[in-house]
Amino acid sequence: MSEPAPASRARLAVLLGGLGLLVIVSALGALFIGSASVPPRDVLAVLTGRVRGVDQVVVLSLRLPRILAALLAGGALAVAGAGFQGLARNPLAEPSVLGVSSGAAFGVVVAQVFGLGGSLVEAVGLAACAFAGALVAGGAVYLIASRAGGLPVHTLLLAGVIVGIFFSSAITVLISVVDFDRLGGVVHWLLGNLGPVAPGSLAVFAALTAVGGWLVIGAARRLNLLALGEESAQQLGVDALGLKRRIFAGAALLTAAAVAFAGPIGFVGLIVPQSLRLLLGPDNRVVIPAALLGGGAFLLLADTVARNVIAPAELSVGVITAFCGTPFFIYLLRARAANPHL
Amino acid sequence: MTPLVDCQRVAFAYPARNPGAGAFAIRDLTFEVRAGETFGVIGPNASGKTTLVRLLSRVLAPSGGRILLEGQDVTRLDRAAVARQVAVVPQDIPHGFPHTVEELVLMGRFPRAPHRFFETEADRAASRRAMEAVGVLELRSALLDRLSGGERQRVMLARALAQEPRLLILDEPTAHLDLRYQAECAGLLRRLAGQRRLTIVLVSHDLGFAAELCDRLLLMAAGSPVRVGPPETVMDEGVLEAVYGCRVIVDKHPISRRPTVHLVYPTDTD
Repeated sequence: MSEPAPASRARLAVLLGGLGLLVIVSALGALFIGSASVPPRDVLAVLTGRVRGVDQVVVLSLRLPRILAALLAGGALAVAGAGFQGLARNPLAEPSVLGVSSGAAFGVVVAQVFGLGGSLVEAVGLAACAFAGALVAGGAVYLIASRAGGLPVHTLLLAGVIVGIFFSSAITVLISVVDFDRLGGVVHWLLGNLGPVAPGSLAVFAALTAVGGWLVIGAARRLNLLALGEESAQQLGVDALGLKRRIFAGAALLTAAAVAFAGPIGFVGLIVPQSLRLLLGPDNRVVIPAALLGGGAFLLLADTVARNVIAPAELSVGVITAFCGTPFFIYLLRARAANPHL
Repeated sequence: MTPLVDCQRVAFAYPARNPGAGAFAIRDLTFEVRAGETFGVIGPNASGKTTLVRLLSRVLAPSGGRILLEGQDVTRLDRAAVARQVAVVPQDIPHGFPHTVEELVLMGRFPRAPHRFFETEADRAASRRAMEAVGVLELRSALLDRLSGGERQRVMLARALAQEPRLLILDEPTAHLDLRYQAECAGLLRRLAGQRRLTIVLVSHDLGFAAELCDRLLLMAAGSPVRVGPPETVMDEGVLEAVYGCRVIVDKHPISRRPTVHLVYPTDTD
């Protein structure tokens, strides 16, 4: 493996510039592609405000919010994954693997039972329920898996699976008990499905992603030091307990936002940060900001495939990420046995 | 003159439900470390040596008494302020540590500017100097797991030196080292103490190693101080036999004339 250049502001700026360009190009590309055939010339006309009617609805009210939701969800899940990986010092930790996504999803279903929907205030309530669910699930996994001296890899993963199964079952119970019509589309959403997101919800989603991203990215240097072990990190001046709480809160908030507005889409938090680590080295100050943009681009790409591969029908984007994520998970699991640096 | 470290009747006990892994309580511990000296802490297992390292580096706060660092109570200083004065060389780095030697040494610069996101050129220069001082500059791109025990030891020492501390604490530096690396380590510590006027606290199982390098020793048993003073007065046959519970002969090293300890091995008639 070639030696990555040292982390610096200049290197990060170049990297983020490149990834930002990738995000813009894929977002523009995705505006032109969809099951409703809108000729490219008409898309341009809509974007310049010269056309109204059906084409405008398709491009501005269906495709654009969905593209923005994909960018936000992908970025949020990738940063959450990188945060959990640093926190657990475990490359396989990830919101869906850890059961945190399922906890958040349970919170969302509870909120929907109470009829919370798309308005700005309701969107905040929805996200709050998701955040509560994510905290409970993450806390449960931590309590089950923690031993004196750390979180053993296999115990952590098994605890995540068990907590995930518990909350999935709890969701099934709720769906069975409550009138199904009131939870319209919930099954599709549970598979991880980017639908049209209302403008109010999109604004809440963006704000929560910004706060969660700041909590995790702002602590990236200290997260590097945590790889030395808690005691050594403290001896270098890191408030280890405060750092762990901050990263956990940030990653749970990002997971909650993504689950509330896009559904429990799995494996983005595994694929994106780990691929970036293989390319860029282990420095969280580079990997995590890159994951914010790279995760967005990845999920947008996956969603564009999901929208078009069996058009006019649609696949859930969670299916695409799971098909990418499971082989990647197996690869990491096997490679780790041979080389613990991965 | 104010001592660099002044421990006054320090006490500490781990909560019963959450015992520190392999570390033990401390009672009524009073001693001082003078600026510029090399101070050894010796004692059997469970005597509280590891707990003392945690107290001096503010990982733990004393439950009684106080620890003054240049006259200031360490519990009143924030962690980074302590880390600018006190650097700890741990026994080892976690297996699978993903960063290179240079990235690890740069981590030693964190307490100098905890709110900065990236290191500056000045930080890089300080890290290079630290790597040069212990002879690991050519290893800077290597991963830790690829290094020998002696190399890892020197890299951890470089990280501590990058902190530019006044006090260097070494926790069992020779625990994983064979004879050649022990000799290297001793030479390095002598050089640091001599040329850099660094104050060193050396926690060691190895009585000969501690007696050879240290100006004064603290002998601990079951969390309490037994004796403090120059190696010649602390390394007393009767005292060591009482503390360690075995027969020993204290001799003088043929070259340095410092005390060395020979274990009297039990014979099959004992």
